Amino acid sequence: MVNYQDRLGRTFAALGDPTRRAILVQLERKDGATVSELAKPFAIKLPAVMKHLDVLNDAGLVTRSKSGRTVTVRLRPRQMREAMEWLRRYERFWSGRLDRLAAYAESKENEARAKGR
Amino acid sequence: MTSVTLVRRIRARPEIVFDAVTTTEGIAHWWCPDEGPVLSSECEARVGGRYRVRFRLLDDSEHENSGEFLEIVRPELVVMSMSWKDGVPDPGESRVEIRFRTVAEGTEITVTHSQLHDERSRSSHTEGWTGALRRLEAYCAG
Repeated sequence: MVNYQDRLGRTFAALGDPTRRAILVQLERKDGATVSELAKPFAIKLPAVMKHLDVLNDAGLVTRSKSGRTVTVRLRPRQMREAMEWLRRYERFWSGRLDRLAAYAESKENEARAKGR
Repeated sequence: MTSVTLVRRIRARPEIVFDAVTTTEGIAHWWCPDEGPVLSSECEARVGGRYRVRFRLLDDSEHENSGEFLEIVRPELVVMSMSWKDGVPDPGESRVEIRFRTVAEGTEITVTHSQLHDERSRSSHTEGWTGALRRLEAYCAG
């Protein structure tokens, strides 16, 4: 069983590459695309696209299914949600902190003004 | 690059906001993200100086952040490294950049927390990451 941190690390590493992100965005527009459809917009060869798909597959971001000679690629939302949830946690942390910082700094500002500074 | 950015306007002058961010006393007032307490804080705001803050969330989990000040320009900019001890959401070291800008009502503060969990992809392009992710998120939620 792969632990949560390893899984997240793989997801973010997979998302760190612009070609792989473009592949995901394509799949977002048209889920269930074939490998050759996915490869079309890129100036790279099919084997290179296959390699990117391997990384996305290992990161749990897509699934591949084979029917005859056609491989269909689909998005797998669960892992993306987990990654988003993790990022959102940081957003929440900072959002809460900034609320408190604002309240504190504003009280300090009022104090300074009351002292005529 | 994995990062989050937040912008907030505060009705206080930049010097006051800056000092709230870079002093031991100031940090103790806001570092905990919910209404929980800051248990201890120390902060030596000079380049190469370190800070350490321990806090308890309302769910009773305790966390500790520490790091080094990498850049300090009062009252405009603070850059610090950040790592976690206990309750670890992130095993590595990340980077926090805080900018302070004078605006009519006081200060606009921009926090960018970057290098989150992406040591292996640091050299990759950064553009489009968040946009692509947001759209995918919308897709996944739909």
